[in-house]
Amino acid sequence: MAEIRLAGIGHRYGDSDWALRGIDLTWEDGGAYALLGPSGCGKSTMLNVISGLVDPTEGAIYADGIDITARSTVERNIAQVFQFPVLYDTMTVAQNMRFPLRNRGVDKATAQRRVEEIAELLDISHLLDERAKGLSADSKQLVSLSRALVRTDVAAILFDEPLTVIDPQKKWSLRQALKRVHNELNHTLVYVTHDQTEALTFADAVVVMDQGEVMQEGSPDELFERPAHTFVGNFIGSPGMNFLSCSVAGGVVGLGGVDLMRLPGSISPELEPGDVVGIRPDFVRCAPPGSGRGSSIVADVDVDESKDLGTAHLVTLRIGDEALVARIPAGEHVPRERCDLLLELGNIHFFRGGHRVEGCTPVAPTAGAIR
Amino acid sequence: MSTDRKPADNKAWFFVIPVIISVAFTAIIPLIIVINYSVQDIFGPDDRIFVGSEWFRDVIGDPIIRDSFWRSIRFSVQVLLVQIPLGIVLGLAMPKRGWRASAALVLMALPLLIPFNVVGMIWQIFARADIGLGGYFVNDVLGISYNYTLVPRDAWFTVLLMDTWHWAPLVALLVYAGLRSIPDAYYRAAEIDGAKRFAIFRFIELPKLAGVLTIAVLLRFMDSFMIYTEPFVLTGGGPGNTTNFLSISLTKIAVGQFDLGRAAAYSLIFFLFIQLFCFIFYTAMKRL
Repeated sequence: MAEIRLAGIGHRYGDSDWALRGIDLTWEDGGAYALLGPSGCGKSTMLNVISGLVDPTEGAIYADGIDITARSTVERNIAQVFQFPVLYDTMTVAQNMRFPLRNRGVDKATAQRRVEEIAELLDISHLLDERAKGLSADSKQLVSLSRALVRTDVAAILFDEPLTVIDPQKKWSLRQALKRVHNELNHTLVYVTHDQTEALTFADAVVVMDQGEVMQEGSPDELFERPAHTFVGNFIGSPGMNFLSCSVAGGVVGLGGVDLMRLPGSISPELEPGDVVGIRPDFVRCAPPGSGRGSSIVADVDVDESKDLGTAHLVTLRIGDEALVARIPAGEHVPRERCDLLLELGNIHFFRGGHRVEGCTPVAPTAGAIR
Repeated sequence: MSTDRKPADNKAWFFVIPVIISVAFTAIIPLIIVINYSVQDIFGPDDRIFVGSEWFRDVIGDPIIRDSFWRSIRFSVQVLLVQIPLGIVLGLAMPKRGWRASAALVLMALPLLIPFNVVGMIWQIFARADIGLGGYFVNDVLGISYNYTLVPRDAWFTVLLMDTWHWAPLVALLVYAGLRSIPDAYYRAAEIDGAKRFAIFRFIELPKLAGVLTIAVLLRFMDSFMIYTEPFVLTGGGPGNTTNFLSISLTKIAVGQFDLGRAAAYSLIFFLFIQLFCFIFYTAMKRL
C-alpha cells in the first residue's frame, strides 16, 4: 500500500497527438479514486503508465516518494483488473488465485492461507475447486480481482472499467464487493470508468479527464456543485449543466438583461468570446407566471417540452434561441406553457474560456424578463 | 386430433431437391458403386459373381496392405510429432507487426501454394545425389552419404522433410492466427502476475490455441495419412516398399492390377478408418 504521485506525466504513441498532457496528481495511501472521462480521453493510457505497461514519454511516477518510473511492471507491485475478466482457463479458481504468489516464490502453506482468506472476503470460497473457464462473467471478474488481492505486496489496484461485461443486476453486488474489499484491506484503488454513477458511488475523490488533461479533481459533491470547467459541468450530471450565453459589462454578468453577479477584480470586466453562465438542471425552478419568490431571478419563459421521468420532470425551457433544461422533482410545480423562471444565484456559475471563474459575488436579485 | 395444428405444407421439400441431387451425384452414388464393386468379383459387364465379405477379409489379411497401413500410421505420427511443435515454434517466432509480419506471412504461405506434384518434382531434383543441389551439398560438402533412390532410410527422411517443408507452414499460419486473437490484456495480466515466458505459453497461449491446434492436427493427420503424389513422384513408393503408403498401394491394386473388387473393399476400409479416427480425435479434443 502506498501513496502514488504523478509528476508532469505526458505520453504520446509514436508521433501521434499527446494522449496525456503534463499530468500532476497525488493518490493518497488507502484512498479510493475514480478516473472518469469519455472514451479516448487518456484514462487507459494513464492506468498503463501507472502499472508500468506503458513507459511515459515524459514525467515521473513516485510510490511513497520513491521514483518508480524506470521499474518494470513486476517490480512496481501494482495490480490491475481489466475490462473483461482475464483468467487462466485451464486452472481452477484456487490455482488462478495462487498463480501470482507461486510466481513470486511464496511458500505453499502461506499461499493457501491467503487464498482462503481472500476467497472468504469475496464470497467465492464455494468456487475454489471449479474450473475458471465455466464461471459466470461476474464470478470471473471477482476471480480476476482476487488475483490482485492475494498479494500482500500490492501498492495499488487499478480497475479498467471492470463492470463493462457484467449484467446490470450483478453490477451492484460487484460494486458492493469492491467497497467491502476497500474497507477491509485499505488498498489504494484507482477505478477507471466512463460511467459517472459508478465513479461517484465508488470513489472518495473523482478525477475527471478529457483529451489527456485532468479537468478537475474533487469529491463527487464538488464536481456536481462547483465544476471547474464546462466539460465537467456537462459530463457530470444527467442531464448535464445548462450553458447560456451571457452579457458582461463593467464587471457585471447578466443574463437577458438581468444582473446576476459581479466578477472579481482580477479578471477583465468586459465580454470575451466564449463567456457563458452555467446552471444545473437541478437548480432551475419554475413558478406560475407572476408568483416570483424573493431571492431568485424571475423571468418568464416558454415551455418547449416536458418529459415525465417518474421521480422528476425534465422540462425544456426556451430563452430566446437557447434551451434550458430544468429537472423538477415530483410534487413541485411543472409548467405547461409559460412560466416564471427561478434561478438560485448561488448555483449559477460564470465560465470564461471554459474555466469557472472563482470568487464571483451575486448581485442583489432584481425581477426582470429574460427574453 | 387437435384443431390448433400448424398448417402442413410439404412443398418445402422441393427446396431440398437440388442439394439431394448434387450430393447424390457427387458422393452417394459413387460411394454406392464402390460398395457394389466391393462385394462382387466383376469380370465383364455380364460376368459377375457375388462374393460377400471375401474382398474385405482378403484386404485385412494381406501382408503388403498391412505393412502399408502401419507405414502410413508411422508416417502420420512422425508428421504430427515434427510439424505441430515446429508450427507452434514458427508461429510464436513470426513478427507481429510492420513489414516484417507481412513478409513472413507471404514467405510462409508460398510452399502451400505449390501443387503437390510440383513439390514432388522440386524435391526429386533438389535431393538427387548426383545432380541435385541439396543432395550434392549433403554428400560432398557435409560428407554424409545420402541417396534417397537407394537407401530406404534416406527415402523415408526425404518424404518426411518434403512434407514438413510443404505443410508445417500451414500449422504455423494457424497458430499465428490463433495467437493474434488473444487479447492484449492476457499478456498484461500475466506480466502483472509475474509469469515467466514459459508460463505465459503454458497457461495462456496453449489453452487459447487449443481450437486451432485441433484443426491443425486433424488436417495434418488426414493429409499425411492419405499422402500419395509426393512419394509417388519422388520414388514411386520405393526403394523397395519403403514409401509404399496406403494410397500408393491402393493405386497399384486399382490401376496397376485392375483388381477393382479388392480396391473397392480397400477404399472403403481406408475411408472408414479416417472417418473413425477423426471422429474419435475430435470428440476427445472437445472434452478437453
